[in-house]
Amino acid sequence: MTCEGRELLIQAEVDGELDVASAAELAAHIETCPECAALHAQLVALSRRLREEIGRAEAPAALRETLTARFAPIAPAPIAMPARRLAPRRFVPVLGFAGGFALAAAVMLAILPGDTGLENELIADHVRALQPGHLMDVASSDQHTVKPWFNGKLDYAPPVKDLAAAGFPLLGGRLDAVGNRTVGVMVYRSDKHLIDLFVWPAAAIGDVPTGSHDGFHVVGWSEDGMVFRAVSDVEAGKLADFARQWRSAS
Amino acid sequence: MDDARDSAAFARVILPHLDAAYNLARWLLRDGDVAQDVVHDAMLRAMTYFAGYRGGDARAWLMQIVRTTAYDRMAKRRDSREVPIEPEPVHEPVDPADDPEDALVRVQAHDTLAKALDALPVELRECVVLRELEEMSYRDIARVTGVPIGTVMSRLWRARRELLRWGQARCAG
Repeated sequence: MTCEGRELLIQAEVDGELDVASAAELAAHIETCPECAALHAQLVALSRRLREEIGRAEAPAALRETLTARFAPIAPAPIAMPARRLAPRRFVPVLGFAGGFALAAAVMLAILPGDTGLENELIADHVRALQPGHLMDVASSDQHTVKPWFNGKLDYAPPVKDLAAAGFPLLGGRLDAVGNRTVGVMVYRSDKHLIDLFVWPAAAIGDVPTGSHDGFHVVGWSEDGMVFRAVSDVEAGKLADFARQWRSAS
Repeated sequence: MDDARDSAAFARVILPHLDAAYNLARWLLRDGDVAQDVVHDAMLRAMTYFAGYRGGDARAWLMQIVRTTAYDRMAKRRDSREVPIEPEPVHEPVDPADDPEDALVRVQAHDTLAKALDALPVELRECVVLRELEEMSYRDIARVTGVPIGTVMSRLWRARRELLRWGQARCAG
C-alpha cells in the first residue's frame, strides 16, 4: 500500500507532468518510503512493457495510399513539372528551378538519417518543399497578402517582411510541420536558391539547433517572443547576410 | 486559398499523423478493418473542418476528430444489434470507467498485456493508449477526450492499477 493520495503524484512524476519543486519533494519522500518507491518502480516497468510489448499500430499501406492519392496527388516525381498548379504568372521562373532541384531533393530525402533532430526536420521540410507544387500555399511577393493569409491559418501572427531591395524577394508562404506543431514559413529567393524562413512562438517548440548538414545551412535568432530559423542551400555567408538584412528591415 | 492548395496543406500538416490516428482507432474499436474505415471517414471529416483549423498541435486536433468518429461508429454498432447477445455492461452510464471490480475480473482473464488492455473499459483504455503509446501530455489527452485533466489522471490511474493487478495475478498464478 502507498501513502494515501500519493498515487496520482507518483503517476504524474512517471508521466513527466510534475513541476520541479513537487518532483523534488516526491523524490525525497520515495527515499524513505518503500511502498511509494515500489509503486513508482511498478509504474515505470508497466510503461516500458506497454511500449515494448504492444507498441503502436501502424496504418495499413492501402489506407495510406488512398489518403495520399486523395490529398497529395502530386507524386514527388523529379522530372514532370505540373505547371498547371502554378497559376500566378510571376511564379513560373521560380518553379523552373524548383523543378531542377527535385531530383536532388529525392536523393536528399533518402539520406537524411532518420530525421531525429528538429534541425533535420527543418531541412527535410525545406527539401520536401522544393518538390513541384509543394513550395507555397500562398504565392505572393506582397507582404500585405502573405501576412493576413497566415493570420487566418495560425494561432499566432508571423511578422512578414519584403526584402526585395536587399536582394531577397519574398515569394510567398506556406504551412509546415515542426515537431507536432504547425508553423508558418516564408519563402524567399536568393539568386537561384530558395530560403525558407520558419517562424513560431518561443514557447511552442523546444530548442532547434543551427548548423550545417549535407550542404544545407540553418541559421536562427529570436525576436519579440518569436523564434526564427532560416534554411537554405545558399552559401553560409549569404544566409547569414539574409538573417542580418531581415532583422534590420522594418 | 483554393481546394488544391488547401489539400496540399492538409497533406503536409495533418497526414503525417496518420499512424497516430490509426493507432487510436484500432484500440478504440478493437478491430483493424473497422479502424481503417473509421480513419478514412475521420480524415474526410477533418478535411472539411480544416479551413477552421488555427494551428496548434495538429495531432491532438486530428485525434479529437478520430475519437468522435470512432465513438459514432461504436454507437451505431450498438444500435444495429437487433437482439443483444448479452445485456449491456453495467459500466456504461455517467463515467463508464467507474467499476474497477468488473474491469478487474474481465482484465484478469487474458493471457497477454495487449488483451488485458483491450479488456479495459474504453474510457480507461483510450487514456492508456494516448499516454503510453502516443506519449501525449495530460493536457492534450484532456483535449482529445473532452474531459478535465483531473479526470484524465484518475482514469489513467484506474487503468494502470488494473494492469498492475493483472501483472501480479499473472506472476502469482
